[in-house]
Amino acid sequence: MTVKQLSVFVENRPGRLSAITKLLGDANINIRAMSIADTKDFGILRLIVDDAEKALKVLKDEGCSVTITNVLVLRITDRPGSLAQAMNALYKDNISVEYMYAAFINTESNTACLVLRVDDNDKATVALYDSGYKLLSQNELG
Amino acid sequence: MGKYWNESMECATLDEMRALQSFRLQKTVKRVYANVPYYRDMMDKAGVKPEDIRSVDDLHLLPFTCKQDLRDTYPYGLFAAPMEDVVRLHASSGTTGKQIVVGYTRKDLDMWSDCVARALTAAGATKSDFMHVSYGYGLFTGGLGLHDGATKVGMTTIPVSSGNTKRQITILKDFGSTFICCTPSYALYLAETMKEMGISKSDIKLKAGIFGAEAWTEQMRKEIEDKLGCKAMDIYGLTEITGPGVAFECECQDGMHINEDNFIPEIIDPDTGEVLPEGTEGELVFTCINKEAFPILRYRTKDICVLERSKCKCGRTLIKMRKPRGRTDDMLIIRGVNVFPSQIESVLLSLGDTSPYYQIVVDRKNNTDTFEIQVELAEHMLSDTIKTIEDMEAKITEAVHSTLGIQAKIRLVEPKSLPRSEGKAVRVIDRRKLVD
Repeated sequence: MTVKQLSVFVENRPGRLSAITKLLGDANINIRAMSIADTKDFGILRLIVDDAEKALKVLKDEGCSVTITNVLVLRITDRPGSLAQAMNALYKDNISVEYMYAAFINTESNTACLVLRVDDNDKATVALYDSGYKLLSQNELG
Repeated sequence: MGKYWNESMECATLDEMRALQSFRLQKTVKRVYANVPYYRDMMDKAGVKPEDIRSVDDLHLLPFTCKQDLRDTYPYGLFAAPMEDVVRLHASSGTTGKQIVVGYTRKDLDMWSDCVARALTAAGATKSDFMHVSYGYGLFTGGLGLHDGATKVGMTTIPVSSGNTKRQITILKDFGSTFICCTPSYALYLAETMKEMGISKSDIKLKAGIFGAEAWTEQMRKEIEDKLGCKAMDIYGLTEITGPGVAFECECQDGMHINEDNFIPEIIDPDTGEVLPEGTEGELVFTCINKEAFPILRYRTKDICVLERSKCKCGRTLIKMRKPRGRTDDMLIIRGVNVFPSQIESVLLSLGDTSPYYQIVVDRKNNTDTFEIQVELAEHMLSDTIKTIEDMEAKITEAVHSTLGIQAKIRLVEPKSLPRSEGKAVRVIDRRKLVD
């Protein structure tokens, strides 16, 4: 089960993040998770939003360079060692994680959610389900 | 050793010079008409016969030659001597990567090195001096051109070639070189590196440097002279005419004397082709009148400059040219390398997956040219990982480097962020300030 992530190319110059986040806010789109991968000259803003299709349209209409990637949103228990366990579930099936970041979603008070980009979504989904993990679906992001 | 290398030529009276030029011009025109079908066709089309050229005053009757003619006749179509008499070839790059090639007979090399020897002597060099040649050796005319001239003067010539700056400095210091030749920006880079290495100008023995192959300013001259503790002399030349040594500075450092006994200069209106009087700014045109293998007629250099015939304090009567102030085409000279925007366009197009929108930004920082190419990111180039985009940058960098022979910084920018224009796209932003 995957979720759509938007990756936006952002040049390193003042005002870019402000402009992009304002676009989303004005369109009443809620950001559920985000991270920025940065280099000297540019960054990639990765976003999980409540309405990916609408966000894609809003950003493209403004001339932004956006691409969609299917990622996993994993729920784990919010306690020491639980992330390590989840990583181990992937590692034992030889699945590599390209990047991950924390989400703003808290479905229950004792859980935390992570966005995971892995080399094989299907294998990772099976591996995580087999170890008893819950993956969030697109309509659980609202 | 006097202050002139070839006094009879360098200090000839105007009448003597014109008589010699007229004689050599007639001979050259007859030679190319007989030996080079391309020139014969051009002259026939223009309705000019070799007999019509009786003196330098008839020069304007001849048709112009331009870079495209060299490409159309590539490789040997303009050679006026049989290949068995050609002892050297040099080449330079052109737009879209197609190079042009020129040839020299033994006599041509002798003439060329004589021109360079005049330049070196004017800079104060004698056979007791050491010449550190840090121009690249190879198809580029800089290295071997200066090498042969220095050898002719009898200088102890050190063929260091380009690259490996720290080693250059060690050699400069240990071998006790009194002269150096390289691009002016490299001279400043050497000075900076010396400072980093803890070597001061008193540790080296440089008296003068011969700097050319790129545009530079009076301010750069002062900086080089101050940092390296030597005189900084300008030299001008281009492969199509012969290489460095077409014109050179004397101790007055006020304009470059053209070796006009070998190369007749003219200034023309770049739009009409009309010859302009001395002292007027226009496009510089050269006719080689003392070459066997590649005696080019009325070659349009695209350099914009002014000619001046006035009595020089050094005693030379050779006509002087001012530093070229710009060019009539879109060619850029970056770190001594000729770059045409169209070359970059064809590199981007050849990669297939880049956007056709780009902009070249050239600037000068710490007296070295910076060269950045901004490329708009195309939709399908985007990825969610940095690595994919950086791989794309590296691929473009590599392709540009292998085509231009010069490193550019590739900077990906957001779609539609580069300015669009109705007509001709603004491809080049040159922020270098070369006018003092």
